[in-house]
Amino acid sequence: MKDLAGILDKNGLVFAFLFVGVVMYLSYIISKKLTNHKIPGAAIAISVGLILAYFGGGEKGLASVPAFSGLAILGGSMMRDFAIVATAMGASFSEIKKTGLVGIFCLVIGTVIAFVIGGCIGYALGYTDAKSFATIGGGACTFIVGPITGGAVGASSEVIAISIAIGVIKSVIVTISTPFFAKKLGISDPQSAMIFGGVVGSTSGVSAGLAATDIKLVPYGALTATFHTAMGCLLCPSILYFIVNKILGA
Amino acid sequence: MKIYGVSILAGCFLVGHILGDQLGKSFGMTGNLGGVGFAMLILILFNDYFKKKGILKPETESGMLFWSTMYIPVVVAMSASQNVKAALSGGWVALFVGVFATAACYALVPIVIKFVKNKTQQ
Repeated sequence: MKDLAGILDKNGLVFAFLFVGVVMYLSYIISKKLTNHKIPGAAIAISVGLILAYFGGGEKGLASVPAFSGLAILGGSMMRDFAIVATAMGASFSEIKKTGLVGIFCLVIGTVIAFVIGGCIGYALGYTDAKSFATIGGGACTFIVGPITGGAVGASSEVIAISIAIGVIKSVIVTISTPFFAKKLGISDPQSAMIFGGVVGSTSGVSAGLAATDIKLVPYGALTATFHTAMGCLLCPSILYFIVNKILGA
Repeated sequence: MKIYGVSILAGCFLVGHILGDQLGKSFGMTGNLGGVGFAMLILILFNDYFKKKGILKPETESGMLFWSTMYIPVVVAMSASQNVKAALSGGWVALFVGVFATAACYALVPIVIKFVKNKTQQ
């Protein structure tokens, strides 16, 4: 047993690949069998990650346990940023140009609204410093924007974990509720799907939700939702944090 | 070769980070401001340009696509290595913010759709 733990510790990153793969496999089975794809496998896997981090305890969650130390490398800021930049591959600038200024307007307004509402609720509940405001506001955009903002402005791991949880909750709500609200919100054609994706933003939530609404709309919503994350990563740690910092003081 | 794609990705990533770092410095902050966003924009513009020219080979592209499919696993690893115990004391913060921020975005959707439809019909 001790030998095994030693090997896993020494080969932490490789073990993290194995471990995350198993977690995702099981999560996608749960998503399919128990929820009939209503809750996306990705959201379940991320929640499982957070639960494991809780039981693993410690500053670095499950990565505090030596055998699982590789999770902190795989999920560290370098790999995370690298993988997220790569998702921009799925987005094409000429596509968004077709929706034109409106598309960019949606992205900006969706990001700002989520940021302000999220940050203000966090503020009301006691997270009153500019760093926490920006990180929680970022989390209200997507579960990617939160930790990226938190990492950039130097927020605590606790606040970053909250921001991830916010993004996951948003993704789950969007996935489950989109089919119910689609008609009321007026989502019926590619253009409205793009607006929906741009304003709401959670890529996994939007694509899963639209898939349950009308499969043809998925790429349009997913496209702008991808840009929403990019826009959030661009605005939240920079100009929005700068404004918040000015208002709340350093 | 796939490594070309990974290299291009790495180049965009680093240029984005340098820009974000400079932006941070210009605001007198130590952090990296929007580096990831810049990197994504650079990659999007790069891809657009080279795809149109037909220079980007599928093999090169697959080197980048691999990393884009790795993002959920990486996020799973990231969430597993957070200080969740400390965050759980503020668990209801997450729930409140998540629910209200989503509701606010939803409320905005029909307004924007109406606005856009009116504009395009004119």
